[in-house]
Amino acid sequence: MILAVENVSLAFGGVRALQDVSFDVKEHEIRAIIGPNGAGKSSMLNVLNGVYHPQKGKIIFRGQEFRAMESHRAAQLGIARTFQNIALFKGMSVLDNVMSGRNLKMRCNFLQQALWVGPAKREELVHRRAVEEIIDFLEIQHIRKTPVGRLPYGLQKRVELARALAAEPTLLLLDEPMAGMNLEEKQDMCRFILHVNDHYGTTVVLIEHDMGVVMDISNRVVVLDYGRKIADGTPEAVRNDQKVLDAYLGVAHA
Amino acid sequence: MKADSETPDTFPKLLMHHARVRPERPAIREKDLGIWQTWTWRELADEVRALAAALAALGLKRGEHFALVGDNRPRLYATMAAGQCLGAIPVPLYQDAVAAEMAFPIQNAGIAIAFAEDQEQVDKLLEIAPQCASLARIIYDDPRGMRHYAKDKLIAYDELLGDGRKRLATDPALVEREIAKGSGADTAAMFFTSGTTGAAKGVVHTHASLIEPSRTAAGLERLGEQDVILAYLPPAWIGQNIFSVAQAYVTGYCICCPEAAETVMADMREIGPTYYFAPPRVLENLLTQVSIRMEDASRVKRWLYRRFMGVANRVGGAILDGKRVALLDRLLYGIGDLVVYGPLRNVLGMSRVKVGYTAGEAIGPDLFKFYRSIGINMKQLYGSTETAVFVCIQPDGQVKPDTVGPAVPGVELKFTPERELVVRSPGLFREYYKNPQATAEVKDREGWFHTGDAGYFDADGHVKIIDRVKDVGALADGTLFAPKYLENKLKFFPYIREAVCFGHGRDRVCAFINIDPEAIGNWAEKRNLPYSGYTDLAAKPEVYDLVRECVERVNTDLAAEPEIAHSQIHRFLILHKELDADDGELTRTRKVRRRYIGEKYAPLVEALYASRDTVHVEAQVRYEDGRTGTFSADLRIDNARTFAPAAAERAA
Repeated sequence: MILAVENVSLAFGGVRALQDVSFDVKEHEIRAIIGPNGAGKSSMLNVLNGVYHPQKGKIIFRGQEFRAMESHRAAQLGIARTFQNIALFKGMSVLDNVMSGRNLKMRCNFLQQALWVGPAKREELVHRRAVEEIIDFLEIQHIRKTPVGRLPYGLQKRVELARALAAEPTLLLLDEPMAGMNLEEKQDMCRFILHVNDHYGTTVVLIEHDMGVVMDISNRVVVLDYGRKIADGTPEAVRNDQKVLDAYLGVAHA
Repeated sequence: MKADSETPDTFPKLLMHHARVRPERPAIREKDLGIWQTWTWRELADEVRALAAALAALGLKRGEHFALVGDNRPRLYATMAAGQCLGAIPVPLYQDAVAAEMAFPIQNAGIAIAFAEDQEQVDKLLEIAPQCASLARIIYDDPRGMRHYAKDKLIAYDELLGDGRKRLATDPALVEREIAKGSGADTAAMFFTSGTTGAAKGVVHTHASLIEPSRTAAGLERLGEQDVILAYLPPAWIGQNIFSVAQAYVTGYCICCPEAAETVMADMREIGPTYYFAPPRVLENLLTQVSIRMEDASRVKRWLYRRFMGVANRVGGAILDGKRVALLDRLLYGIGDLVVYGPLRNVLGMSRVKVGYTAGEAIGPDLFKFYRSIGINMKQLYGSTETAVFVCIQPDGQVKPDTVGPAVPGVELKFTPERELVVRSPGLFREYYKNPQATAEVKDREGWFHTGDAGYFDADGHVKIIDRVKDVGALADGTLFAPKYLENKLKFFPYIREAVCFGHGRDRVCAFINIDPEAIGNWAEKRNLPYSGYTDLAAKPEVYDLVRECVERVNTDLAAEPEIAHSQIHRFLILHKELDADDGELTRTRKVRRRYIGEKYAPLVEALYASRDTVHVEAQVRYEDGRTGTFSADLRIDNARTFAPAAAERAA
């Protein structure tokens, strides 16, 4: 087990975003979090990488226990994420954006880098190679030098994944990686997520609305509704769960 | 390079020859992880030798076929050469073909070993494996995504290479012995022609039939080891094999593999090839990109571009051809070269292009002229898979937009009474694999290959291709009628999207026109001409005037060519709808289905010949949502001026 969430509750004033949610993530699995709008999926992800601090409960990551995760701590521990509404540096090239994902791995100080002296140069070459491998992996060579702001949405999503991968995470959090994509882009993204999981052995936690995608690529699924966990299990089990059907389709008031 | 008894006569011998004479010159470059990696001739030969040793151990035998599926990659070409070392025959397959299309060649040639670039290609081969009993091993290059694949059929390229190196250590001369057994008359490779007309056929080429024409053409263009070419077209296509394998092996020049299909433009700029091939479609896309970027440029740049492209258009071609040009024009062109043409060539990645070829389909004269006018030596050539490409090449200084040039030295050409071009050359294929009937249909007893293309020699002895023989007809007076030739001439105008010409068995030629809604739409907007849709736009008198001008310009051209002066277009109408593949009027590759259209719109055709001014149409239209409706309108028929052949000559 790489991650466990135990009895986490999060409230914003009177709004209870998460109520007593517990689940675990096994090493090397693809774990999906699904649920209707406002179910608390993004909040859950934000708790995991320390953007929100839950009022109750704890997070156990690789045996270490946290009352609340801190963002910088999460990054150091090898948790990387992408965002629902893309958070890239729009004016910078794809290459620079992906490079920025390696920020935590750079050892040279500001002065050395500014002067471009020996160690800084050597270090940059090493990082550039790692970044180029990710660029090759995600097949974005053709936009290497293009400013991110000029790219279509689907490609920006891919660049964001590239930046997250650049940090060589052990746990990758993806917030709706396929939202707003067409079918072909979705298929590409699925392929990339599976490859990342297979090739780098990265554990993936993803939020997704497209049921086809969730059922296809995830090993286990957590279902949230109004901040509560209502189901947890394999895609098949979740799909046939009456509570899940009710949450998504509504309950008949006959 | 002169051919004598010492000259290597097979590809493996050529490879080893280069590894001896120019071991440190680059043979192949590939952009990998953003950096250009070079394989020298020595390194390539070493890798090929090791691979060949491993392939021999894998059971690849002399005369056996093996398949290659993938993009342009050094390892694909190394595998190809390694098999050839053993006397086996490479069969490159189109990498974007669907799995089902790959089954036939593999069954037909009884292929046991296949090289696949990556998971995508491996998946396709595994999918058809149940139907292809012969397919025993798949060599894959990029292992990504295949960690959990069953390994019984698969073998990694790296593993194979390691195995080969071990075998070479114990028997270093293993591969050289095999190479020595080969001769120029052996089969070198087999190319499957796309099955647009019936089932695909395997075109069998010998080492000699690929090497000979490549050597002649390389001599003609003075290609040498310092030249560089970008390998970006499918490896399964004969042209790619000529330009990126045969000619590279003959001259020792370097081929460069782009990083990915999407990066070709950028890679071309970085490499700066000296030798270049592009089908007209690619050249047109490049020009469109330039035009679009110019529209967005600043006013000063736009003015400079317009001003100097005018100069280039007037004298650029003549300067390239080494003709006499007034001093002032030369001076202007020189300035233009500094401020416009040079930078433009650089953007296109063509700064260093010494020779560029285009072929495959008719190229618009304006498009062709654009490249030549900015100083790029673009030329046309003619050939096919069966002729190992080189049949005709336009020599420097004799380049014309509408011919493909005279025969390459060593090639015999003539036209049959039916105007079909027949060819006899050292580059002729040996046969269609396991298909003697098809071979006999195109290759007669004296060794003439029937190209299926119709044409004639122009006044300078250049070959002019006009149409496929089966489409060529005759007017009522017996003169030649080549509909595609006329339609192409019309389509070269940006305002005309499609054209359909009628005239076989008639006394004169008439045409249906489809306007280009975007080009004419723009044109109409600039003139404040309101319109509601295609049908409305097509019926505008102003549009009719515009199209009539185009038709009349075609007629002037035709009047100057005695052979087809009678095919001038007398009457035309603009169709009320766009011809569409969904309605069966076009093929999926956007070729007009002339006979079907003639039958479907028979009343319109009759009206064209009945000298009426309008014709009433009532048509079923199928909307995109599946509903059908009826459409009725009166279409106007317009007359175009025609010109007497002699008068046109005087005017010109």
